Amino acid sequence: MTKTQTKLNLQSNSWLVRILLLGFLAFMALFILGPLIWLAIRAFVTGWTFPNLFPDGFTLRWWKVIAGDESLINAIKNSLIISPIVVIVSAVICLPAAYAFSRYEFWGRKTFIIGIFAANAFPKIGLYASIATLFYTLNLMGTILGVIIIQVLGTIIYMTWIPAAAFSSVSRNLEDAARDAGASKIRVFWDITLRLAMPGILVALVMSFLAAFDEAQGTYLVGVPTLYTMPTKMYALVLNYPVQISAVFSLLLAIPSVILITMARKQIIGGQLADGFQIK
Amino acid sequence: MSIANESLGLELIGLNKILGGRIIIENLDLSVKKGEMVSLLGPSGCGKTTTLRMIAGFLRPDAGRVILTGNDVTTLGPDKRPSAMVFQNYALWPHMSVFKNVAYPLKIRKMSKNEIIKRVHEALGMVNLMHHKDSRPSQISGGEQQRVALARALVQEPDILLLDEPLSNLDAKLRIKVREDIRDLQRRLGITTVIVTHDQDEALSISDRIAVMSDGKIEQFANPQALYDEPSTEFVANFIGSLNRYTGDFYEGRIQNGDKVVGIRPEDVYFTANNVPDGQPATVDLVVPRGHFYEVYLSSNGYKIRSFMSSEIPQVGENGFVKISKALVYIGGKLAKVA
Repeated sequence: MTKTQTKLNLQSNSWLVRILLLGFLAFMALFILGPLIWLAIRAFVTGWTFPNLFPDGFTLRWWKVIAGDESLINAIKNSLIISPIVVIVSAVICLPAAYAFSRYEFWGRKTFIIGIFAANAFPKIGLYASIATLFYTLNLMGTILGVIIIQVLGTIIYMTWIPAAAFSSVSRNLEDAARDAGASKIRVFWDITLRLAMPGILVALVMSFLAAFDEAQGTYLVGVPTLYTMPTKMYALVLNYPVQISAVFSLLLAIPSVILITMARKQIIGGQLADGFQIK
Repeated sequence: MSIANESLGLELIGLNKILGGRIIIENLDLSVKKGEMVSLLGPSGCGKTTTLRMIAGFLRPDAGRVILTGNDVTTLGPDKRPSAMVFQNYALWPHMSVFKNVAYPLKIRKMSKNEIIKRVHEALGMVNLMHHKDSRPSQISGGEQQRVALARALVQEPDILLLDEPLSNLDAKLRIKVREDIRDLQRRLGITTVIVTHDQDEALSISDRIAVMSDGKIEQFANPQALYDEPSTEFVANFIGSLNRYTGDFYEGRIQNGDKVVGIRPEDVYFTANNVPDGQPATVDLVVPRGHFYEVYLSSNGYKIRSFMSSEIPQVGENGFVKISKALVYIGGKLAKVA
């Protein structure tokens, strides 16, 4: 609907407006894509410095450096192991909570919902610092468990709010109809509620994965120097390695995001997420 | 299991339900014969849907018993009851095709694939929807969705069919057709049916008997004709059909002074130019054409009275006589006499 309207407006307006609009779009595209393209080129060049308009030459050397550097490989491994675990742990904890938020009235429900949001509304570094003191006494500093806990914290908001909205959007009538048809409560949850809330849950899983995968602050505080993930390794890379290595690493870091967003694109743009935010 | 009468399709005994501190249903008794079609009719908030949900098992009564074909099901959940419900908004599952919607109850019952296919096709055939069996609910019209919901209920071969305002989301023309279809199907299958509605036309035309409800109680439970001719309470008289209502009394063919309530159906009033026995002098105030009949407003002996006439329509201002062939007199809300 909105798309067709935009098109009609474009056609009915004068050339000048069209050119200005196209110029603006081109600028926005450059603004968003420009750094990415620059990054992508950087990962494959020997050197590219001002005032040269073109890179000095192309090479795969930087990729080989990363493949041969054990600390970088370990960071990649850590990220690929920890993030899925974080998503699973977060789902196990948060999905039942999300269901409770959407389906039951209980004391303190609103406070909980807003509290989850409030925890994300302030700079997290303060929260992490106090958690760090707690972790020292519990001997969790520098451990995988510690990093997992800190990353789960960052995913809670996605894993409760989005699925809660998704559960809420499943009409009670649809559940009643299944009960009436002879299904037990568990069967109704499985066949109807969960099935209909699935697009929202998928989006929550993707968002949580990305949040965990990109989490650097808390992970740095808890994990470094014994445990590096890809984002925390970036700090070291930026300081100690040639710029091209950072570019390669950034591209590697972006791969899961691009894949997941592409896969979830239909769910997000299809309106399931858009009309999912109906939490009351 | 109980002393209940086996020939009854449904028996509600002393049902009580309190929701949110408010008494919704108070001491409600109802007996529905096997194969009978009964309407629960009443204004919104009268407790008819609550009653239906207690029959289906979604609500548990605070007191009283629900007995389906001789079995006490009061404590059973909706999944364990031999009842099937058609919801007001149809409640079709959007992620399943029409076929799968109808097949779901049978799948739950772990029937064989062939048996499921056979019975679903039968049910879809009954509601003339075979051509839509692979469509999604969102791809078919409201009337068709309604029929899918009906097929999904019937495929379970329930002891009792429960319909919650099944026609309220359909447009007027379709409503009449669908209600005839439902009635036809119900007769053919001989299935005990309870239908909740706030539409008196619907209730009068479709039911064997109607339970008129108000404030959580059944005002009257009778067949449509009896309900119309002799409404046992003032509420029923007001709710069903049209009524001229006066405080006073009625005898000698005219409204008299008194402290009772007199109800006169406009159909029982007519105007003539020449006097008839028991006629009263009257003047025509207003004539409103209403399609197949005319609404004639009259003044007589200081009373205003409305008449429905279909022939010999008088002119405004014409003087003549009014004849009241029947009046209902209520004392304390209860029918005292039919004059």
